[in-house]
Amino acid sequence: MEFFFQQVTNGLAVGSIYAIVALGYTMVYGVLRLINFAHGDLFTIGAYLGLTLLAATTITDKVGGVLGLLILCIMVMGLVALAGTLLERMAYRPLRESPRLSAVVSALGASIFFQNAVMLIYGTQFRVYPHDILPRTVISIAGVDIPVMRLIILAISLCMMAALYFFIQKTKIGTAIRATAIDQGAAKLMGINVDRVIAIVFMTGPALGGAAGLMVGLYYGQISFTMGWVYGLKAFTAAIIGGIGNIPGAMIGGLILGLVEALGSAYISIAWKDAIAFGVLILILVFRPTGLMGERVAEKL
Amino acid sequence: MNKNKNYIYAIIALFFLMLPVFLKDKYWIDVINNIGIYAILALSLNIIVGHTGLFNLGHAAFYAMGAYTTAIVNTHYHIPTLWLMPVSGITAALFALVVARPIIHLRGDYLCIVTIGMGEIVRIAIINDLFGLTGGANGIFGIARPRISELVIKSPSDFYYFIGLFLCLTIYLFSKLEKSRFGRALNYIREDETAASGSGIDTAKYKLAAFVTGAAWAGMAGNIFAAKMTTIAPESFNFWESVIVFTIVILGGSGSIPGVLLGAVIVIGLPEIFRDLSNARMLVFGLAMILMAIFRNRGLIPPLPRTYKLPLKKFIKTEEA
Repeated sequence: MEFFFQQVTNGLAVGSIYAIVALGYTMVYGVLRLINFAHGDLFTIGAYLGLTLLAATTITDKVGGVLGLLILCIMVMGLVALAGTLLERMAYRPLRESPRLSAVVSALGASIFFQNAVMLIYGTQFRVYPHDILPRTVISIAGVDIPVMRLIILAISLCMMAALYFFIQKTKIGTAIRATAIDQGAAKLMGINVDRVIAIVFMTGPALGGAAGLMVGLYYGQISFTMGWVYGLKAFTAAIIGGIGNIPGAMIGGLILGLVEALGSAYISIAWKDAIAFGVLILILVFRPTGLMGERVAEKL
Repeated sequence: MNKNKNYIYAIIALFFLMLPVFLKDKYWIDVINNIGIYAILALSLNIIVGHTGLFNLGHAAFYAMGAYTTAIVNTHYHIPTLWLMPVSGITAALFALVVARPIIHLRGDYLCIVTIGMGEIVRIAIINDLFGLTGGANGIFGIARPRISELVIKSPSDFYYFIGLFLCLTIYLFSKLEKSRFGRALNYIREDETAASGSGIDTAKYKLAAFVTGAAWAGMAGNIFAAKMTTIAPESFNFWESVIVFTIVILGGSGSIPGVLLGAVIVIGLPEIFRDLSNARMLVFGLAMILMAIFRNRGLIPPLPRTYKLPLKKFIKTEEA
């Protein structure tokens, strides 16, 4: 039973990272109806920028633990938001009126571009994060060993999700985003600046993705230029499991996916971890074609 | 006019027939062979993406099915690879039938992500040496070359003719298919699925048939690939392989056979010319994809718009008449 609960905490920690990346996917999809294949690579950029900033500013030594980490996180989020804005301007805005297929091609092209840009700048080898930033202590609750690191990751993720939920539900910009997601044309008629809303979505989503990249770097200790693809795909899977375009759905989907993966690799086989994740995706879609929390949309004629 | 056209075709055919005689560099023959294999693969995906409008980003799975069927059966039972070509096609088609059946009703983007997942599951199964058949991450070695009685196809220029022949057959069959009742039904589904189903087309059945046909051809392309390489490994069938094939179809002009052929030449051939740039070429490739999507989103050679002339003159008396 202890083993089971340990896997659960692991699953929740990884799942919360998936959830945060998934939020970016879901927001973009909700507003633009576009699978942003480059989102996973923005996540990678976040991880690498985090490492570079960590080395360049030594902020965690200067300001110390949590505060330094917070500043680092904000810097990474800001820079990745910038990359997201650039991506939207260059690769997606000119395609707003084009057929869906061209947008998919553009997104794949952007993903290849970012992945290779990171490879050319940082090289193909794994990069290692410093070990002493997150505490490595392990606390024991009722016989279950829980690394503090997992709790921190979980706490940061939950804070971010709560902040995003508040931002989307309670603020004026959030309302504008929701309105744009429902009907772009109508939103325009109501005086919403759709271009600005989309720009904001392309800052918020990538910023969250970048933060997740940083967290993965801190959590696992090593990063590579291809990791964005795996995390991106997992996060997208999470978004679809929850019902794409649905923000609470993305969070729940991420946590479910993390749990399924952790338990699957513990009880079945770690080599089949990714296959289990995709198997769950296919099963859910076969029985609920719009995801767990997605609403059935009547077909437009 | 028609006579001139025939001359042009004859000259093109002669040019391609003589090419290996004049082109001494084996490397470039091999590049052309790769272009040929990708062209077959892209034509098979064109049925699914181009004609039917179904996003399939897991086509490498069908390709892998064909290649591994050939490799496993050939290395275990020593059945000649050429005989295994239809077997590979049928295996891939059956696989497509089984996996596509439950997911065919999904809407565009959902289908897209499910095909990616399907492709990944296949690749992971191969890496994990499913049933001890696939050789895991190392792959399978020692696949026999195809042979026609005494003649063994082994040099790049042998394969040039072999692949060229199969490519010509593919082009011929698929251009017939385009104009057939089946092909037109697929086009209706792409243009407007609701209207197609409203006019009595069983959309689920036709979409499934498109998947199965595409998969069968991808499986046969896999057979050629396995026989040409004599060794295969799971990394040849990863997600980016699917992306490359998808890109060929979209860049060339989805739904247009000349477009897809040109797409294969550009996507596979052009990076070879810029080999010296080695690392930066994928960067350029990504950029080119974005630019193409923006400035030429119907592809390089889009399919001709089909116009139907109604025999109105019979019924309407015009002024001149």
